[in-house]
Amino acid sequence: MNSFKTQGLEAQLDNGENPPSHNEAFDDGGTDSSVHNIGTHGGTLHSGASLSIDIYPGQGKDKSPENFEKITLETGKVYALVGTTGSGKSRLISDIEQLCNADSLTKRRVVMRGCAPDKHLIAHLSQNMRFYLDVSVEEFVAMHAQARKVERPGLLEDVITCANKITPEGIEADHQINLLSGGQTRALMIADLAQVCPSPLVLIDEIENAGIDKIAALKLLSGANKLVLMATHDPHTALTADARIHVAGGKIDAFIETTEAERSFCKELERAYITLQSARKQLVTGERLA
Amino acid sequence: MLEKIILISGATAVGKSAVLKHCAAALSKQHISASIAKIGCLSTPDIPSLSQLGLPTLGATSQDICPDHYLVSNLCELWEWAESQQSQYLFIETAGLCNRCSPATQRMVAICVIDGTASCKAPQSLGPMLEQADMVVITKTDSISQAEAEILEYQLSQVNPGAPIFLVDALAGYGFEPLVAAIAAAPAQESFEGDSLRYAMPTGVCSYCVGECRVGSAFQQGIVSKIDVNRALNERCPHE
Repeated sequence: MNSFKTQGLEAQLDNGENPPSHNEAFDDGGTDSSVHNIGTHGGTLHSGASLSIDIYPGQGKDKSPENFEKITLETGKVYALVGTTGSGKSRLISDIEQLCNADSLTKRRVVMRGCAPDKHLIAHLSQNMRFYLDVSVEEFVAMHAQARKVERPGLLEDVITCANKITPEGIEADHQINLLSGGQTRALMIADLAQVCPSPLVLIDEIENAGIDKIAALKLLSGANKLVLMATHDPHTALTADARIHVAGGKIDAFIETTEAERSFCKELERAYITLQSARKQLVTGERLA
Repeated sequence: MLEKIILISGATAVGKSAVLKHCAAALSKQHISASIAKIGCLSTPDIPSLSQLGLPTLGATSQDICPDHYLVSNLCELWEWAESQQSQYLFIETAGLCNRCSPATQRMVAICVIDGTASCKAPQSLGPMLEQADMVVITKTDSISQAEAEILEYQLSQVNPGAPIFLVDALAGYGFEPLVAAIAAAPAQESFEGDSLRYAMPTGVCSYCVGECRVGSAFQQGIVSKIDVNRALNERCPHE
């Protein structure tokens, strides 16, 4: 634990418990034998318990082991994921999305607790800025609702209203989704996550991409019954989170709880963000900025 | 002794070789020996990359005949070769052409590979290769949104309700553990003697099958199927 920096929230870094393993065959070349025993808590259904995610260490890009025992992420909290480009943020998000079991490049193990593991419990907004499907917005929403077994009158209108709240370019029902701009695509992906996928675990890779209104978008995707993890390069977005995970060289390097001082600094950053947003609006509409 | 033949089929450039490589490499780690045969039509450009696994690897091209027919015609030769390599598993990668046929036999583990970035209409046009597959693999999932992956999964489950679907990213190696476990769990066969195709191949042989190049009815012999234009128009536009 020497090089692993924890600032606050020590209780989240639990040293004692062994992780469950879905498959013994993949327990090869472990770093710490105590971490590779078959646990007794895996895959069981805890009725009434809220969802949480345990991350067990893997390895960095240089194949050296990660220096923590376990990180637990809980429902009702928002976590930011920070680090330079190429530090391993998207990789960690993929690991969680896949509930990887030492079978990815990082060899991490991710365990979902409080419910039976099910991929429909996870909503994932990746960095993708375009759709490949050759269908209209209306067909897309209908197809996704059918796949998710969601039946709700007015769903299409709700998705479109939602999307148009976070992007200035209007989206309409008959637009082809593979022809949408980057901003429209992101907005539709976010609106779809909010309306069609009421999943409790929300993974976001860069909410601020493509000039969408990130405050409105985050409001749509978070809530008391959700666990949100978002990769970001934006200090304001990061400080709106309860805590942040810092990654470097492909490894989880620190778990940093947001302090009161940071929260008040966040308010300053929010004012700056709002100023910047309104200046941006004036800029794109051809107005003078001062 | 050869226990399983795993057929990897799918259209061109969907990621069949990448899927095969990840599966064979993971099985090697579990001390399961595999041989690899790639059947191409005109060339087998994947062989150098497949050979890097260090497993017995063979590439064959069907040249003048349909690669699926060629594969079935040479199945006994391929499993004898795999036996001679003391392999437990034989992976066969198909050429991936017209979708009319599937060279899957009853006793193979038939895997159909689908490109996640392809059209959502692809599942309906894949025919027996998908309909009769034991497992379906969606590749390039790193490039598509979760919504698109879920839509594709749903559509595949409509075409082949029984087959488990595996989402993989063969660049980073995500999602292969469950697929490899499913391949390892498939029942071993005692023998491949008397095996049969799951789906019959075309019943006709026409002039062009045997090398005719000239266009026109005068040059067409054998089983010739002619388009009924009016009927085809009605099928395309049923509401007009």
